[in-house]
Amino acid sequence: MDDTRNRCEVTQAPISADEVIVRLIEPAVGAVVTFVGVVRGQTEGRRTLHLEYEAYPSMAEQTLRQIGDEIQGRWPSIRQVAIVHRVGRLAVGQTAVVIALSAAHRAETFDALRYAIDRLKEITPIWKKEVFVDGEAEWRSEE
Amino acid sequence: MDVNVRLFAAPREAVGTNELTVTLPDGATVAELIQQLTEAHPVLKAYVRFLSVAVNRAYVGQQTELHDGDEVALLPPVGGG
Repeated sequence: MDDTRNRCEVTQAPISADEVIVRLIEPAVGAVVTFVGVVRGQTEGRRTLHLEYEAYPSMAEQTLRQIGDEIQGRWPSIRQVAIVHRVGRLAVGQTAVVIALSAAHRAETFDALRYAIDRLKEITPIWKKEVFVDGEAEWRSEE
Repeated sequence: MDVNVRLFAAPREAVGTNELTVTLPDGATVAELIQQLTEAHPVLKAYVRFLSVAVNRAYVGQQTELHDGDEVALLPPVGGG
């Protein structure tokens, strides 16, 4: 694997979509698509206080790189894949994940972006505990 | 042989630790590890049927044979993004 084509990490630090996009800019690139996952302020009518994200960091980063490799296998026009997921306590409105893909042209970027977030939610060992304003808390998964 | 077990999210909170060292007979499988763990920590029983297992950071099946020094992660349903 060529690391310069696939930049994935799990971090405690705040993340910014702009900073991730900049990593992908090079002369051959004419399109960058991004997905930004943000902490929502309510779930099924209950107000959320914050989310606590927990990862199995070494496997999570390996899994994110695998997703990048899968994308480049399915859509060879994708030049670079960057997936950055934040962990720790995140307040409502803060960015939890940024996925950015680059290509010379936009054609396949949207399908590849949807694949990236769907696959992340399916296989990446990251968990979130939702803490509600009413004091209750629960671990949430996609099921 | 000894394996290093890592726990996350709800089962981690239930057991009260994120890491356990478990001694098993040579040739033991993932299923046998889980059996032994649930006997030692009955609180895990509520989670077992929802768990995926990774050995050395790769998803594996229940019949996978373990080796001394393996890192075995018990992974509840993931919720990233």
